[in-house]
Amino acid sequence: MQLINQHTKKIMEESKIYAAKAGLNFDDETLEYIVSNKDMINLSPKVMIPTLYDYWVNDVEVLKGQGKYKVYPSNPYETVINSRPAISFYNDNNPDWLNVMIFYHVLGHIDFFQNNYLFEDTWNDDFVGQALADKRLISEYRSKHGRWTDYVLEFSRSIDNLVGYFNRISKNVDTSDKDASSMVNFYFYNFLQETENVADYIIFNEISRYNDLIEQDKNVGETIFFTEVKKKYPEFQSAYDKYINKEKEDIYEDVIEFIRDNSPFLRKEENSWMKSVINVVRNTSLYFSPQIRSKIINEGWASYWHNKLFTQDDRISGHQVAYSKINAGVTSISRVGLNPYAIGLRLIEYVEDKANKGKMNYLYTSLTNINEKEKYNKNLNEGQKTIFELRRKFSDFMLINTFVDQEFVDLHNLFVTGQRFNKQRQTIEYYVKSRKAKDYKKMLLDSLYDPPLITVDTSKTSDVNLYLVHKFEGKQLVQEYIAETMVGVEYLWGGQVQLETTLIVRKKKQNGESEFEHRKILYTIKDKKVTVKNL
Amino acid sequence: MNLINLNYMKKLYKILKQKGLTKEQEKLILREMNFVSEEHKPFEKEFHRFSEIYYQNDYEKILQMQLPKLNPMLNLQTLDELLHRDKLREKDGFPRRIRLGKLVKQGKNGKGEVIIVPTTTEPKFYHDNRVTEEQDEGEMGETGGSGEEGEGEVLGEKPVDQQGDGEGTGAGEGGGESHDITQEAFDIGKVLTEQFELPNLKDKGHKRSLMKVEYDLTDKNRGFGQLLDKKATLKKVIDTNIILGNVSADGELNLDELLLNPQDQIFRILSKEKVFESQALVFFVRDYSGSMQGDPTEVVTSQHLMLYSWLVYQYQNRVETRFILHDTEAKEVEDFYTYYRSQVAGGTQVAPSFEMVNKIIDENNYAKDYNIYVFYGTDGDDWDSSGKKTIEAIKTLLPKINRLGITVAKNSWTTANQTTIEKYLEKSGLLHTHKDVIKIDSFASTNVQEERVIKGIKKLIE
Repeated sequence: MQLINQHTKKIMEESKIYAAKAGLNFDDETLEYIVSNKDMINLSPKVMIPTLYDYWVNDVEVLKGQGKYKVYPSNPYETVINSRPAISFYNDNNPDWLNVMIFYHVLGHIDFFQNNYLFEDTWNDDFVGQALADKRLISEYRSKHGRWTDYVLEFSRSIDNLVGYFNRISKNVDTSDKDASSMVNFYFYNFLQETENVADYIIFNEISRYNDLIEQDKNVGETIFFTEVKKKYPEFQSAYDKYINKEKEDIYEDVIEFIRDNSPFLRKEENSWMKSVINVVRNTSLYFSPQIRSKIINEGWASYWHNKLFTQDDRISGHQVAYSKINAGVTSISRVGLNPYAIGLRLIEYVEDKANKGKMNYLYTSLTNINEKEKYNKNLNEGQKTIFELRRKFSDFMLINTFVDQEFVDLHNLFVTGQRFNKQRQTIEYYVKSRKAKDYKKMLLDSLYDPPLITVDTSKTSDVNLYLVHKFEGKQLVQEYIAETMVGVEYLWGGQVQLETTLIVRKKKQNGESEFEHRKILYTIKDKKVTVKNL
Repeated sequence: MNLINLNYMKKLYKILKQKGLTKEQEKLILREMNFVSEEHKPFEKEFHRFSEIYYQNDYEKILQMQLPKLNPMLNLQTLDELLHRDKLREKDGFPRRIRLGKLVKQGKNGKGEVIIVPTTTEPKFYHDNRVTEEQDEGEMGETGGSGEEGEGEVLGEKPVDQQGDGEGTGAGEGGGESHDITQEAFDIGKVLTEQFELPNLKDKGHKRSLMKVEYDLTDKNRGFGQLLDKKATLKKVIDTNIILGNVSADGELNLDELLLNPQDQIFRILSKEKVFESQALVFFVRDYSGSMQGDPTEVVTSQHLMLYSWLVYQYQNRVETRFILHDTEAKEVEDFYTYYRSQVAGGTQVAPSFEMVNKIIDENNYAKDYNIYVFYGTDGDDWDSSGKKTIEAIKTLLPKINRLGITVAKNSWTTANQTTIEKYLEKSGLLHTHKDVIKIDSFASTNVQEERVIKGIKKLIE
């Protein structure tokens, strides 16, 4: 691995000037390296982070795409690492004009990393440096604790997709209701509605009573208000205390953190080093979390800018044809298949066009006449502003969920391709399954990274039992892996572990149609023996 | 499946029925005929897996680089380490994680090959996209697309690969040098022997290895000979000149100063070489009738592949192999690849396959010169419930061979009972009279782990 030469660096620096002028916003410092094939062999198992810790699984082929597990998410390979300074990798022997285009693409990524809110927690860190420290720590443990270090690594990794990434970033946004105390919130949101389940008018009466008292005297209004409440509901105080205690217990970001802080096994003095290993795994997973949730929009953004900036750049002259070919290879919509570059780019362009014409409003959406829709143009020219807003605030899910509509699908002639078996011809046919935006959107969303949501039920958890609950969101878990994964969790907890999850059971009705039952089941692991029972 | 086969099966069924069938037997035959006549949905793996969005990246798209694929066979030293570590896992009370015996297909066109790579999985709690609440079970694998076609229109098709599609992924994609299975089989055999503690073969003593003499340019000779060995000559020349002081360690080498002694010329010369002929002849025989579809086939072929690897190691590559498949008839196929890939066909008659083994051995007079091993894989079904012909064929076979290893990978519906083949073998008494030669290993084929397969091998070869 070596730095690019001065000549190429100069090209990069020139590109930065044009990119900054166009509105992209990134740190001045960047590092560019040339990588050889041999470097790639070492780097690719480490998702291109040269300093990532060593782990034996990287030496073996990992069965990723078996059967139909579609999203066996491996962290996306990027040519840019989101570090400080941003590091990017290149191969040797690219002609200068191509390097200009590549640099624009890379600058697009850097701009995205450094401005999109998903990455907020990485803005003040240099992950490459952190990873190096982690790597050293782990090799130190290895020399001290031998293979047990790798077991802890392995078991932590077995739950590293459960990191509470969104819990983490939502802390950056202050959503707390500053006006009312927690007791007031509890009374109105939880107590009246859930515990007592009173009629709506009672709640409204109580709210106006509360407002009146506060208006009369800001300081004692609340106390007076609750004296009345406690008279009416003697159990209120104890319910509130219980709630507060539970709140305290429930303040954990994810299962990994909960295990780290509460496991009786890890609490032991001689095992406390394991917590650091768990932290390393968890932080690594958190670092990759925004990246895997912004693949489409990030590639779309970078493609948008390499195209826009390079076609306006003098350095393209004479290479237009060669560029077009490469650009088409990157951003053309697949005849069959999904190209994240193409979809991302088209969506960004679509939003830009809509914003330019002032179509992003209710009036436009309510139009039904196609001709009117086509002609609609308010000449607002807010396109640029809007797509910069997108890159600041949107993830893949939001981009697709908000903007994939029938207009978009029709504009690019998109459809969902299905596969079916043709008995007569003994072939598998690829066919147009649907042209409906609803189906297309669903297909796109289904292909996104989607780890299950698993939380701890603290009321059923004790030192001798960890009770996990999988929140059913229409998909069951891969059953084959549950037992194996629980072995690791049991080790980390040092006692029995239970997992509540849901199965989808297909039942054939008389008329041949299928019915589906959502069956709740409970996995229990104790002394490495797994049992399953219906709930 | 083809009609001719089906008609033949029907005819056979009629004949058998006239002779009298038990209810159980009839059920079994009908099940298999049904299986063959019914049009079956292809395996899940036949459907195309579209490359997912997370597998597309800047290196391939923008930089046009090929991301290197990890080749675990390159890291055989680390494989030893890995297996050692894996063994320790058991001691530490955790399940093993390295798995062998995954069969990976390389190359799309022409001949593919089968190799074993050490693989593993990273179990986590994943969402399972295979289970959906869609009405139509036959549909799978959606992706995007674009074009003018209307809904329902077919964009293209691909024939269902009669040879089946590969299991496993990744490792071998994108061509590269074609490997012959034996290259890796030796290494895997070593691993199996050493790490999984498969026994070493005992010399049975009654077969002698053959020696053959060949002439080859292997000996070296100074001064004269058939072929100048340039590298060796150059070394010798330098050697001599170091002694003469013309070459010194720090000075620059001046070629003009080198002296050339005719005696320094090294030649290759023809010489006698002893060559061992194959000592072992292995027959791999398996049932590929309708009922074998799925798990039984997977288990049997995995086990046979590992057996093959082990024998290659034991005989230091001096192994000859023959591959025979049977449904109602037996046929020989040319390589392990075809043997492994061949999809299920018709009904089940075991006898022809053993008759064929007998015929091959007799015609070539193999019995005299070879240690012969026959490994047979089945799900235990045989339309001929008496097994008269089969037993006869096995009886003729036994004196000629060192080992007959039978794997019965039972189907889910027969798991509880003894299978037809087991029954008639038991009845024949061969399992007792020839217990040194015949070994049988029978287990349910669903959800079989590698360990079980390897344990089975131990049973078959001990």
